[in-house]
Amino acid sequence: MSDLVSLTIDGKKVKARKGATIFELAKKININIPHLCYHESLSIYGACRLCVVEIEGRPRLEPSCATIAEEGMVVRTNTARIRRARKMNVELLLANHPEDCFTCDRNQICELRKLSFDLGIRELRFEKGRKYSYSIDDSSPSIIRDPNKCILCSRCIRVCSEIQSVSVIDFVNRGGRTQVLTFLNKGLNNVECTNCGQCILACPTGALREKTVIDEVWEAISNPKRFVVVQTAPAVRATIGEEFGMPAGSLVTGKMAAALRRLGFDKIFDTQFGADLTIVEEAHELVERIKTKGVLPMITSCSPGWIKYIEHFFPECLEYLSSCKSPQQMFGAVAKTYYAKKIGCKPEDMYVVSIMPCTAKKFEARRPEMKDSGIQDVDAVLTTREAARMIKEAGIDFINLADEGFDEPLGISTGAAAIFGATGGVMEAALRTAYEVVTGKTLEKIEFDIVRGMEGLKKASITLNGLELKLAVAHGLSNARILLEEIQKGKSPYHFIEIMACPGGCLGGGGQPMPTNLEVRNARAGAIYREDEAKPIRKSHENPAIIALYKEFLDKPLGEKSHHLLHTSYTKRKRY
Amino acid sequence: MKIVLKNIEKANYTPDIKSYLKEGGYQALKKALTMDSEDIIKEVKASKLVGRGGAAFPTGLKWEFAYKVKEFPKYVVCNADEGEPGTFKDRLLLENDPHLLLEGIIICGLAVKSETGFIYIRGEYIKAYELLKKAIKEAEESNLLGRNILGSNFSFKIKIYRGAGAYVCGDETALLDSLEGKKGQSRVKPPFPTFVGFENKPTVLNNVETFANISEIILKGADYFSKIGSSRTPGTKLYCLSADINKPGVYELPMDITLRDLLERYGGGVKGELKAILPGGLSSSLLTDRDLDITMDYPGVQAAGSMLGSGAVKVINKSRCIVDIAKRSAEFFDYESCGKCTPCREGTKRAREILTNITEGRGSLSGLELLKELQEVMYDTSRCGLGQAALNVTRSAIDKFPDEFKEHITNKRCKVNICPLNVKRKVGYV
Repeated sequence: MSDLVSLTIDGKKVKARKGATIFELAKKININIPHLCYHESLSIYGACRLCVVEIEGRPRLEPSCATIAEEGMVVRTNTARIRRARKMNVELLLANHPEDCFTCDRNQICELRKLSFDLGIRELRFEKGRKYSYSIDDSSPSIIRDPNKCILCSRCIRVCSEIQSVSVIDFVNRGGRTQVLTFLNKGLNNVECTNCGQCILACPTGALREKTVIDEVWEAISNPKRFVVVQTAPAVRATIGEEFGMPAGSLVTGKMAAALRRLGFDKIFDTQFGADLTIVEEAHELVERIKTKGVLPMITSCSPGWIKYIEHFFPECLEYLSSCKSPQQMFGAVAKTYYAKKIGCKPEDMYVVSIMPCTAKKFEARRPEMKDSGIQDVDAVLTTREAARMIKEAGIDFINLADEGFDEPLGISTGAAAIFGATGGVMEAALRTAYEVVTGKTLEKIEFDIVRGMEGLKKASITLNGLELKLAVAHGLSNARILLEEIQKGKSPYHFIEIMACPGGCLGGGGQPMPTNLEVRNARAGAIYREDEAKPIRKSHENPAIIALYKEFLDKPLGEKSHHLLHTSYTKRKRY
Repeated sequence: MKIVLKNIEKANYTPDIKSYLKEGGYQALKKALTMDSEDIIKEVKASKLVGRGGAAFPTGLKWEFAYKVKEFPKYVVCNADEGEPGTFKDRLLLENDPHLLLEGIIICGLAVKSETGFIYIRGEYIKAYELLKKAIKEAEESNLLGRNILGSNFSFKIKIYRGAGAYVCGDETALLDSLEGKKGQSRVKPPFPTFVGFENKPTVLNNVETFANISEIILKGADYFSKIGSSRTPGTKLYCLSADINKPGVYELPMDITLRDLLERYGGGVKGELKAILPGGLSSSLLTDRDLDITMDYPGVQAAGSMLGSGAVKVINKSRCIVDIAKRSAEFFDYESCGKCTPCREGTKRAREILTNITEGRGSLSGLELLKELQEVMYDTSRCGLGQAALNVTRSAIDKFPDEFKEHITNKRCKVNICPLNVKRKVGYV
């Protein structure tokens, strides 16, 4: 066949489709060529020069990531010349890299450190001595950028522009003075950064990390006057096991609850309770908007990275957003009002910690409007990674913990809330409730497979009481942009849109364990759907704790109290 | 034998259209307008003209590739970002005979079926820029540029773009990025610009001197041109003689000239005693008196282990310190590296450090060995010519003048008293 080429890699005959790179083909025959700037989800950059290979007839080594296979090519991936070149290029990077691995955030998972070990670098031959001291960008509540540890691989730049279409960072200056910076070095908090943290996941070194609040949380726990409650997001139980060496897709709900209890939190609650509450409010809002011919499409609002994105890039489209707060913020508002009153605790003595797969949640918790309990509703947000670090710090043998449950009442949740962690999950959960609200009938088949899966943009339609409901699900902000541009042009056919800032949804969030790649995301999604299936109740409006909450406190969905505590407004932000 | 300087060397020649037309200017374009694209390209191919920017790629072949791509629009780009240290030939042409360049570009546009040409000119060439602007206006007023040139159905416009001072933009793909308004950094090749160039469209990129040869080839024919000078790479070359030479300047000579003749017959001989020659600017390797009888065409210089490049012949006499020259060339490349790929960005920095250490009395023999290995890896793995060739001067200096390096390292002595040996301070470089 003419669209196939055959070539030889390390003596092995390989057949390949036209356009395949040497790097991909080598992987297929179980050769993982060392690399730094290559990233499976991003465009080819070809700059680290570690994936170089020898091709017969070519005078120089060629980067395998950027070299397309040609008929009859003879490729070698492991010769003395190649090993020497790779080694030296890593040595060159190390000669310009701080030697503070002991105290570095990436100590265990740094790709540069691993490469230098794997390539057998045991001596630094180039003169050592840090010549630059760039200032650290800690302007953002979510992300810290340390340009001193940056190896200029451009993965953060590419993920920010290609996957997220945000583009707040790029290279400035030339040669050895090259840096990755925000526009006019304003700092991440002062540009359009959505705090999604995908750059952190993409970074091979410690140049990007979350702004940690571990110390504040420890302090709250050890303060006897504080009643410290913790909520954990749906996606965390499907990923935190990876931090302890478990394979991707390990579901560790019970171990997680047990570990958090041992850390000393007073109550172990669940953001899934907040998610069920969100669904009840949001499904009613959708039905209301359709009935009253309100603004459509309605777009979900639980992903704070997405919210900041639309505020910056499509400020004229804010009316399409659901006014519902995210589950994290609904939980915080309910905890410091309803629950505090119930147990006789003053809201200011209560300290709400969230464990989130997300760095943008740190920003969300600090939004000035998130003070409906009278004080800041959520006090501290930890990423999955930070929570795991606390568990390690406390010496808890996570893997061997016996399962424990959440506390009542804010720890009670349904399967509909569990799937919030995967792309399409909020849509599916909302449909489970909206169907029954609209039709008054019981939904027989509750799985909506049409909105599941890792395709970037999913479109579907279902029929509700004779009305054809058009739906779209996007994850990754560049996919969101496509839907928003349709709305801008007045050409959006949809009634309801779910948008998650991160690829895969929260399970691929910027606060999740590393590596996060397509394979890992798929495994995590599997765990999340298993959690749903295992739940005795799988529709949000059937959650007994939610029913009680309405009966005892909120009255009814979209009621006055709901409006005050559970709904929010958005801010028009500018471009820089 | 003058081709590109044929007008400039005439008395009272001025860089305007009147003078150019008086000397038979734009006759080649008129002739080309009567020819098919294939015939123009056939003529250029048969002339065996190769690119004068340094890479020496056959010009006709490049045009043919671009012509055969059925994707429009196509672009013609003239690389006038003359930045190689010691090169000042394009400036002479730009400032004295801009229409000769324009005619070449227009013919290229005609041949490859492009409607837009760009001249990417070095930012510092202000006088040349002003003259080019004027020349383009003159050509437009005479219907030699613009819609339906000379009544034909061929339309072509030329825009000028000024570089912002980066040496790396002399690399064709970095130039294209800069032209598109991006930071000038080399692209991954292949695809070559001929197929995927400006705004991802087919683009012919040639040097100023290359374009300046076109009208002569069209007028007098490939047969005439291909018999001039060297049979391997025929035609003339502009050689820029500089540094320790009695008569520095630009010389147009057939490419069968030897290095010895170039220096002695035309350059008036070496000032002082000859030590080394850089035949193609700072990216080429050093030659010595043993190489004086090489032919100064592309294969000739290459056979001697160096390269002709843009033809910047720098002569070095014995009052110079070779380690100092290596150090200064390393400083240049460190400053000019675009910073994209690891070996060039980090390697130029470390090379500069090692060489500075040697010149300041802190060198070591192991450092010298490391420098050699660094040169080999940079050659092997750098993305573009800048990094691949950045340590050519250094490497050839080490190989051809090993004693001078050892003298600096072990005896801490610079025989010509140029290097500031015994510097105590620890160099922190910015």
